[in-house]
Amino acid sequence: MNIGEILLKLWNDSGFAYIFAHFANGGWQNFVMIIIGCVLLYLAIVKKFEPLLLCGIAFGCILTNLPGAGLYNQELWNNFMTEGHEAYHSYGTILKEGGLLDFFYIGVKTSIYPCLIFMGVGAMTDFGPLLSNPKNLLLGAAAQLGVFVAFFAAKASGVFTTLEAAAIGIIGGADGPTAIFLTSQLAPHLLGAIAVAAYSYMALIPMIQPPFMKLLTTPEQRKIKMEQTRTVSKTEKIVFPIVVTLFVALLLPDTAPLIGCLMLGNLLNETGVTERLSNTAQNALMNIVTILLSTSVGATMVGSNFLTGQTLLIIVLGVVAFILSTCGGLLGGIMLCKITKGRVNPLIGSAGVSAVPMAARVANKEGQKANPSNFLLMHAMGPNVAGVIGSAIAAGFLLSVFGG
Amino acid sequence: MPDITIGQAGVYALLGYAVVFAGLIALMLVTILFGKLFTMKKEEKAPVLPAETAVPVPAVAPGTAGKLKLYNVDPKTAAMIMAIVADKMGKPINELRFLSIKEVAE
Repeated sequence: MNIGEILLKLWNDSGFAYIFAHFANGGWQNFVMIIIGCVLLYLAIVKKFEPLLLCGIAFGCILTNLPGAGLYNQELWNNFMTEGHEAYHSYGTILKEGGLLDFFYIGVKTSIYPCLIFMGVGAMTDFGPLLSNPKNLLLGAAAQLGVFVAFFAAKASGVFTTLEAAAIGIIGGADGPTAIFLTSQLAPHLLGAIAVAAYSYMALIPMIQPPFMKLLTTPEQRKIKMEQTRTVSKTEKIVFPIVVTLFVALLLPDTAPLIGCLMLGNLLNETGVTERLSNTAQNALMNIVTILLSTSVGATMVGSNFLTGQTLLIIVLGVVAFILSTCGGLLGGIMLCKITKGRVNPLIGSAGVSAVPMAARVANKEGQKANPSNFLLMHAMGPNVAGVIGSAIAAGFLLSVFGG
Repeated sequence: MPDITIGQAGVYALLGYAVVFAGLIALMLVTILFGKLFTMKKEEKAPVLPAETAVPVPAVAPGTAGKLKLYNVDPKTAAMIMAIVADKMGKPINELRFLSIKEVAE
């Protein structure tokens, strides 16, 4: 083989040659997806939109669309999901024939990553504000409105199947790990679009929520100062995760992986005797899993899957779900305000959409705009963590009804 | 499961929202119950001493702040920190009580 032939072979084997040779036949999709990956990287690095996750998602998107690299093989996962195919539910086939990102993706498919992320979230969460005022759980429930309206709207659009509609609806829960958990079970081919929509809207909460907070509440309501809540004892904080796990997992067994891990993480943090484990769950484990999760979610953004009208519709339905969840929480807050004769500032209802702690910070900021001496952060943390439990229950319901 | 109609989707949506509410309301009731139990226990545990047998708390000498635990901080630095805190808060140092000062390694 002479030098010219070697160079020609190298060129023919390269991804550039593939893109040029197949440009009209799918190559353009890879090209566009690489550009989308770069735009997402820009948003993560320059605009700081959920950079911890968006960086990995964007880079995974770039990697998966490199022609010839074979890092992620969509057809392997299609076969994995096709009943009757010899590779149906065969992780052996994936391990034998898959690429690096296929191996990473096993953690998503088996729901290991979202659950481990929940463990870290649990270890970082203080349920004290919720325990001191358990009525906040109602706001966490009210703020799941968007989940079910978006599910209905997706189904009514006629574009999506029931399983896809259920996966799209969970964007309204504003909870990334829950969205990934449910989508990987019900509609894995939509994982990239749903995860990107969920995380993008979570990053945009400071822009999405305030107009609706102002629209639905009066200046007087926003000025309401809430009283100091009672101090919660250490024992209560230790018993709470055990009670919640038993209660919620017995009520909806499909929520057990998420709620179990969330509460295990919290228990590790509250016991006072497992500090090392709590630190690991909050830091090292959380960071490792975030890298694996984000990269493998990005890997599902294969051009042929992602560049469809469905993705655009998911993005539209996602923002509708977010807005409706915010409004649901606010309406719940207004009702609580009326029932308690003005002792609850309705703004804290908007924090019921999960997205810990961003949504609580937004509620606090809007409260301070109305009354600079108003500190709603700790009060808003109650609905905020209630929203995490609420979205897990919503996901559990959808999984239990449609998961088969 | 077989695909559902739009009408059924509406029913499922309402049912789902109701289930979330029911689950969290039940959890709220359980939490309130536990909260009350713990509050009652706390009240039972707190000893109510008769006024005449109550041991008077030893008076702290004016100008002192009681016992202070120092972790990796020398007394001079601790004194300086306390003075700075008092200055920033605009309060006399003998009206503040410092429990411990710990060096946080970065």
